[in-house]
Amino acid sequence: MILSNTKIDAIGIKERVARLQSRSIKATSKQQALNLALSMIDLTTLEGRDSPNKVRQLCYKATHLHENFPDLPNVAAICVYAPLVKTARHALQGSNVKVASVATAFPSGMSDIDSKLDEVKRAAEDGANEIDMVISRGRFLSGDYNYVADEIQKIKEVCGSAHLKVILETGELVTLDNVRIASELAIQSGADFIKTSTGKVQPAATPEVTLVMMQAIRDHYIKSGKLVGLKPAGGISKSKQAIQYLVMLRETLGQSWLNPKLFRFGASSLANDILMQIVKQNTGIYQSTDYFSLD
Amino acid sequence: MNKRLNVRKTHKMFINGKFVRSESERTYNWNSKQIKTSINICQASRKDFRDAIISAKNAFPSWKSKTAYNRAQIIYRCAEIIEGRSPQLIEELALQGISQSKAVTEVKQTIDTLVYFAGWADKYNQIFSTVNPVSSPYFSFSVLEPTGIIVIIPSEKSGLLGILGGIIPTIIGGNTCVTLMPQDYPLCAASLAESLHSSDVPPGVVNIITGFQSELLEHFATHMEVNGLIYFGENIDTITAIEQNASQNLKRVSICHDKDWMYNDSLHPYSILRTQETKTTWHPIGY
Repeated sequence: MILSNTKIDAIGIKERVARLQSRSIKATSKQQALNLALSMIDLTTLEGRDSPNKVRQLCYKATHLHENFPDLPNVAAICVYAPLVKTARHALQGSNVKVASVATAFPSGMSDIDSKLDEVKRAAEDGANEIDMVISRGRFLSGDYNYVADEIQKIKEVCGSAHLKVILETGELVTLDNVRIASELAIQSGADFIKTSTGKVQPAATPEVTLVMMQAIRDHYIKSGKLVGLKPAGGISKSKQAIQYLVMLRETLGQSWLNPKLFRFGASSLANDILMQIVKQNTGIYQSTDYFSLD
Repeated sequence: MNKRLNVRKTHKMFINGKFVRSESERTYNWNSKQIKTSINICQASRKDFRDAIISAKNAFPSWKSKTAYNRAQIIYRCAEIIEGRSPQLIEELALQGISQSKAVTEVKQTIDTLVYFAGWADKYNQIFSTVNPVSSPYFSFSVLEPTGIIVIIPSEKSGLLGILGGIIPTIIGGNTCVTLMPQDYPLCAASLAESLHSSDVPPGVVNIITGFQSELLEHFATHMEVNGLIYFGENIDTITAIEQNASQNLKRVSICHDKDWMYNDSLHPYSILRTQETKTTWHPIGY
């Protein structure tokens, strides 16, 4: 493990984000961006009261986004708790929508390594294509980077063919420097994706931490040629925000990352907002949430 | 010491409890013959309207679920505030070409209208709800519920009474609204908003925008988030456009005439009914 010791210029990041967010987007690009963003969504339900039927309902939505627009892409994946993976797998049979499972004592990560490994194994066996793990933030903040890295490596080993997304929970990492260190730790320990947040801690995904993570991915790519994915999650509920993230992605990582294989949004209500925008673009009429499914 | 400069008022719109300029930064020139000067009035864009609708939508659930008694208190408080601000409103009406005596009358009538409808807040449901006679073993009753998000296009002929004559019956019944000031009488917008603001009317319940009806009308009538639209006026083309566009999500459209806001004819609870829906419940009777 060789950390780059890159220091983050917090003010520079802020200004870069502000500049990228003020880009104006042409109508045709907007249409493309909306479709792309839709195909990048990990439609998520992570509540204690989630039931098999709630998951089935979400899976139906994932594959039938809007009846009037049959050409719309599907969302990328459904993201659920491990015990609901089987249900989701079954409900999504025959579609290209993937199943992602959060694991490793999500959202706190407060558990011993053996039970985390068990949980991941079971989720993978049940048919999860993607595993979203959380890092041990307590250990990380106390400087025990080796522990965190070992943990990620062990979990990566039991994932098998499933992709591993590593949640840094940037809302608890305090500084952007820490976000950079955690990103490098995760990438070098074998993460296929790095993900900002669980969605259970405020602030969740912010453009600033996302940009820092993008830079870590970029630097790793320049050094090793390996493409690591990114998933901002939590707090992205409007199409406008999603498009701003895509602008940032295009400008920092380039065209190759404009692809659901390398970029995802972890969100639940974003899909509806994008659908409302797409209908608005097509009809010229502002839409109401009253006429879109509850989720 | 230098001669003091007067601090002049910026005429802003009122969206989500905040005083804002148009996001488009546009204004139109409004000329007063009385003081031979021109005043810049915000020219709302469709984005301003959309912002106002979002705020009305967000304000609706909690305003609807306030007790009628509480809504009455808030509107009564508004009457108190306007009473205290009478001189300012009279002055503004006079600037807009209304004679002093007529301006005094209009402000008084406005205050009385507020008090009148405040009184109805916890009473109209008793008057208009019914227990329905049905010939089967059911207890069937109908009660009123607010329609939701209402757009009000007030009369072009009044700068004060006409505005509140549209707003008050709407919000007293639990709806939230967006109102466009008449293009030629925009001056009271800010004072009205200040009065509402200091009467504990929650942000978003009343939104007041200024600008051109011709520019905004289509968006008023098509926006799917709008549940009802009240138009005070006689223009046939406008009425047709409203009715056609409103059909997309079956907005409840009320076409009203001048007498519907003028003092002598408007003080009746039927104006609350414009923005109420009837919910009928059938409940089995046990033996």
